[in-house]
Amino acid sequence: MRFHGLRHAATLCIVAVLAASPAAAKVISVSATTPDANEKLQEALILAQPGDTVQLGAGVWKLTDGLSLDVANVTVRGAGAGEGGSILDFIGQQGAGEGLLVTSDDVFLTEFAVLNTKGDGIKSKGADRIVYHKLRVEWTAGPKETNGAYGIYPVESTDVLIDSVFVRGASDAGIYVGQSKNIVVRDSIATENVAGIEIENSYDADVHDNIATKNTGGILVFDLPSLPMQGGHNVRVFENIVNDNSTANFAPKGNIVASVPTGTGVLVMANRNVEIFDNVFADNGTANVMIVGYRYEHKDPKYQPLPRAIVVRGNQHGKAGYAPKFPGGDMIAAAMGGSIPPVLWDGAGDAIVLDKVGVLSLNLPDVKTPQSEAKPSPADLSKGTPPAALPVIKLPDAMEAKVR
Amino acid sequence: MRRVFAAVGAALLCASGGAASPPPGVDQAVVESDAMPAKLSAFGLFRGNDPQTPSTGIGYTLRAPLFSDYTDKHRFISIPAGKKAKVAADGVIEFPVGTVLVKSFGWSDVNDGRPVETRLLIRRAGGWTALPYIWDADGKDATLALGGRRVPVTFKSPDGETHSIRYAVPNKNQCKECHSLAGEIVPIGPKARNFILDPAASDTLRSLYFENPAALKPTMPVWDDPKSGSVATRARAYLDVNCAHCHNPAGSASNSGLFLRWTDDPAGVNYGIGKRPTAAGRGSGGMDFAIAPGDPAHSFLIYRLESTDPGIAMPEVGRSTVHKEGAALLRQWIAEMPKASH
Repeated sequence: MRFHGLRHAATLCIVAVLAASPAAAKVISVSATTPDANEKLQEALILAQPGDTVQLGAGVWKLTDGLSLDVANVTVRGAGAGEGGSILDFIGQQGAGEGLLVTSDDVFLTEFAVLNTKGDGIKSKGADRIVYHKLRVEWTAGPKETNGAYGIYPVESTDVLIDSVFVRGASDAGIYVGQSKNIVVRDSIATENVAGIEIENSYDADVHDNIATKNTGGILVFDLPSLPMQGGHNVRVFENIVNDNSTANFAPKGNIVASVPTGTGVLVMANRNVEIFDNVFADNGTANVMIVGYRYEHKDPKYQPLPRAIVVRGNQHGKAGYAPKFPGGDMIAAAMGGSIPPVLWDGAGDAIVLDKVGVLSLNLPDVKTPQSEAKPSPADLSKGTPPAALPVIKLPDAMEAKVR
Repeated sequence: MRRVFAAVGAALLCASGGAASPPPGVDQAVVESDAMPAKLSAFGLFRGNDPQTPSTGIGYTLRAPLFSDYTDKHRFISIPAGKKAKVAADGVIEFPVGTVLVKSFGWSDVNDGRPVETRLLIRRAGGWTALPYIWDADGKDATLALGGRRVPVTFKSPDGETHSIRYAVPNKNQCKECHSLAGEIVPIGPKARNFILDPAASDTLRSLYFENPAALKPTMPVWDDPKSGSVATRARAYLDVNCAHCHNPAGSASNSGLFLRWTDDPAGVNYGIGKRPTAAGRGSGGMDFAIAPGDPAHSFLIYRLESTDPGIAMPEVGRSTVHKEGAALLRQWIAEMPKASH
């Protein structure tokens, strides 16, 4: 385990000063206590030129309307994401679907907090090479169905870095990366969300060195039908701590995460080439690792509902399976002496599990078969030959330089 | 509205009549520069800065307008002398560089009917620019509000209900959120299928501004006129104008997979029929489908249209009240759909 984001905290401000920048680049400072702070900050985000930094003053910003940034290569920097830092509080929000929306490329967001938005926390759409760093997105009253859906929400983007963020209370996913390519989520903490971290309909992602704890489900890798980008694949989930994901599901019904059983560690649905390795799992009441097909009706002929080429290896498994919250789970657990094995597979698609723990199959290879017809039995998934290991995700150097 | 058209005609008559001193007109140098003037008067779009007397141009309305808190919208187009707009084969209206689309928003029972704000969409050499201006308290000029603003207003909607809201003048970025196609700003309303040039304008005036004015044949029904089309076609016209500027494959809501253009297949899952929520969060309202045929009460498209909570409401910007009449039309449309399997 390494949490280099935290280790580099002390040197961060020096780096900021020395960072090479075009001669014309300027710092636009906005104070939290300025009259009309909401309008002034939004103006600064509009008037910023590529290369500029918008500096958020320390203090609690009481904001009523969502902010947005549409200028490329702008840094939004606060005085910190914790107490005494730059706290953007949207408890009185009256408009916009998120707290901050970014729609331009090469944006760097760092050292501030976004609290209590009515919808999503920070969203970036079509924003390539975005860096989310040392941010906090939180619904401060803890898990509630009335909280916003996503905390940190990049979508339709190529090259995404999420590094050293903290997200709590999202009624869907704390960190949600959707319909994107070349993604790294690392050194972050997701707690008391429905889904801690979710990679959905995306290609090429590394999710590592995170802590996903006290969510309903820790880390989700999903693919859903009828969306512009689908066929999710090549996702590595490694060296994370995924424990005690015991928060009762509080997602609004209808959303796909509302179906995630409380007590799920890592859940893979309808993706191919997903590697889950060297994680530390403990105290996930349903399962440490769950591998399933998409079992809902859909009308998308191009959609592939099965999980394929999933590899589970080298993980540490603490206690799991003692309170399985999927339909019929309690009866299966009772029949198996009180708990089910830490790896749960619905029987659809294919997976290789090399961890020396038990696997329970529900033996439902056809996703059209209702779950009520499950015929649970232990399964041995250790025999096949794993596909070639996936490559490390490499982001452009300029992105890594921003957080060094 | 009639007053606006009359004024335009008068101004034009005056100009062509060889008056001794032509009225001050639009400052094309400002229009075509990169400037974002602090005051609206810098453009010279209005005579004497009276928002009801454009100094030039031709008025227009739309068969189905975007709902904006029951505001009356006064629209006109300023096109530089010697240039003309053109209706392309696909019905998109192509405006020349130097064009300004001017839209003033107000209520008849607020400020004696004077507009609260005027938004400009300016066709410059580098593309379209959107600038929001809020009228000053003395009503003599309007001031640029790049960052947007909330303006408290009280007005009555057509059904007689009184609304006291903090009306949101959009910021420059929010203008783009709606007016964006593949990351570029574009006009929303002016498409031949939805566009009505001032009916009082003479053919001469029309030909002055349009290369092929005969191509301006609106095909979409008038959303609230049952004589103009069936419930289904009027609902689709409403969705096209109120939703499809984001809900199209190159728009701000492209990732949702919900596409509501006039040209989209209204039976398809991507039109919302039997479509499960994507990134909807609380917007799902605990329902499974955007549109459940025959069952508006379990269609979260309706739930979102009828909400003003920012975490639920659609559209995400531009609305602090519920458009009851629009929602009623969509409810009827969904209720009349056969309850099919989805």
